[in-house]
Amino acid sequence: MSILSMEHIQKSFGDNHVIKDISLTVDQGEVVSIIGPSGSGKSTLLRCATLLETIGGGTLSYLDEKAAWEENGKVIYKKNLGEVRRHFGLVFQNFNLFPHYTVLKNVTDAPVSVLKRDREEVKAEALALLEKMGLADKADAYPDQLSGGQKQRVSIVRALAMKPDILFFDEPTSALDPELTGEVLKVIKQLAEEKMTMVVVTHEMSFARAVSDRVIFIDGGRIVEQGKPEELFGDTQHERTRQFLQNYKQ
Amino acid sequence: MTTSAFVPMLLATAKMTIPNMLLALAEAFGVTLYIFGFTLLGALPLGMLVYFGKKSRIAPIRWFVNGYISIMRGTPLMLQLIVVYFAPHLVFGVTMARNWRNLAVLIAFIINYAAYFAEIYRSGFESIPVGQYEAAQVLGYSKAQTFFKIILPQMIKRVLPPVTNEIITLVKDTSLSSAIAVTEMFTLAKKIANSPGSPGMITLFAAGIFYYVFNYLVAFVMRRIEKKLDYFE
Ligand SMILES: Nc1ncnc2c1ncn2[C@@H]1O[C@H](COP(=O)(O)OP(=O)(O)O)[C@@H](O)[C@H]1O
Ligand SMILES: [Mg+2]
Repeated sequence: MSILSMEHIQKSFGDNHVIKDISLTVDQGEVVSIIGPSGSGKSTLLRCATLLETIGGGTLSYLDEKAAWEENGKVIYKKNLGEVRRHFGLVFQNFNLFPHYTVLKNVTDAPVSVLKRDREEVKAEALALLEKMGLADKADAYPDQLSGGQKQRVSIVRALAMKPDILFFDEPTSALDPELTGEVLKVIKQLAEEKMTMVVVTHEMSFARAVSDRVIFIDGGRIVEQGKPEELFGDTQHERTRQFLQNYKQ
Repeated sequence: MTTSAFVPMLLATAKMTIPNMLLALAEAFGVTLYIFGFTLLGALPLGMLVYFGKKSRIAPIRWFVNGYISIMRGTPLMLQLIVVYFAPHLVFGVTMARNWRNLAVLIAFIINYAAYFAEIYRSGFESIPVGQYEAAQVLGYSKAQTFFKIILPQMIKRVLPPVTNEIITLVKDTSLSSAIAVTEMFTLAKKIANSPGSPGMITLFAAGIFYYVFNYLVAFVMRRIEKKLDYFE
């Protein structure tokens, strides 16, 4: 069984054909990094997977259950998308924490008011997660009292508190000062070691190399090349990939 | 609304000393407060309804609401007062009771201020980053939960300063009620100032102080509310 399966996904914005037939399967415990130039469709792909954008064609499934598929040339979405949303979490580039909620409330509110779980139980779990992420003393702080790195770690905890089967990250460190990226990448690495299933769009090549089971290079709305990190980085097959990676070599 | 028998009596007896004048103004200020209070009570929620109408998926509702807002903002409130007051008679040929003016003044103020509040709410909602909606959606919040739990509290904080401005304008606008012979404080002040044997211009000065002190209080209360919401950015 695969956690996520995207088959022949297409997406256009007007005349702009952004995703041109991308197929991607992610298995339990797998960590997949997506790299590629700006504007190649990485964010759009994640937004299609997380139902923030509707797909223009193809099939989207979680745990082998279809969330969206084509029928007579039209894309049909499953009726109860709430069930689909329970499978995934998304960590945004700019955090999108709720500024009027404390850190603890940011983390506990959705499990309590969406999943209708027991408040005390959720709170205990949330505190444990915050502790693990080195945020124990920030439970009562408001987001604007945190550094960027702390905000991003809170938003990771917020996503984890929903106990998703898969976690998506869209450039989780791109909005951070360079000295703060490390603390966020460390947390993601820790999750990888715990076999959390993850798809990470990133520009941090050394991170992608160290953490991923598979790296996917996307350009112009297509997967150009994919493989184990040592294959993609060490034995690059395509000229386009080589050109792209060239920019990241010092 | 007419004040009690006290004011006409004072006006008639021409013994308008300064203390009597102040008493009369204070009593008429009750009418000012009546217009002020009920206008807020009506217009703050109605403004939200108008905003929803503006955002409606049904085009005729949007057209109607946009037309209404544009008329409210594009014509003088004094004219709107007169139109509301005379509409039952002119349009339906109905003769209204004498005290209809007390309701007409509220209707005119409420529909006028609701239009302005709706525009303030709109700019407040539009200033909320789309990422807030997206984060809520990914976490599975329903549309209603997203609105009430995530968006509305942030919107309220953002619109407090412009709403305060509008409220202070309202205090001063109440004096326009004289257009349909509703004797709130300022109308009375003018009457007193113009009557023989009265303290004259001092009456208008005193009325100014009433407005100023009240607006000072309004600003104070609003600042307290803003402070209360200072705990988040
Ligand atoms: N909501 C949108 N409306 C119109 N065009 C969009 C929208 N989102 C993305 N695009 C376009 O899709 C292309 C891919 O964007 P994106 O997925 O953000 O790329 P990446 O994340 O790889 O930098 C770009 O050309 C962008 O302008
Ligand atoms: Mg992007």
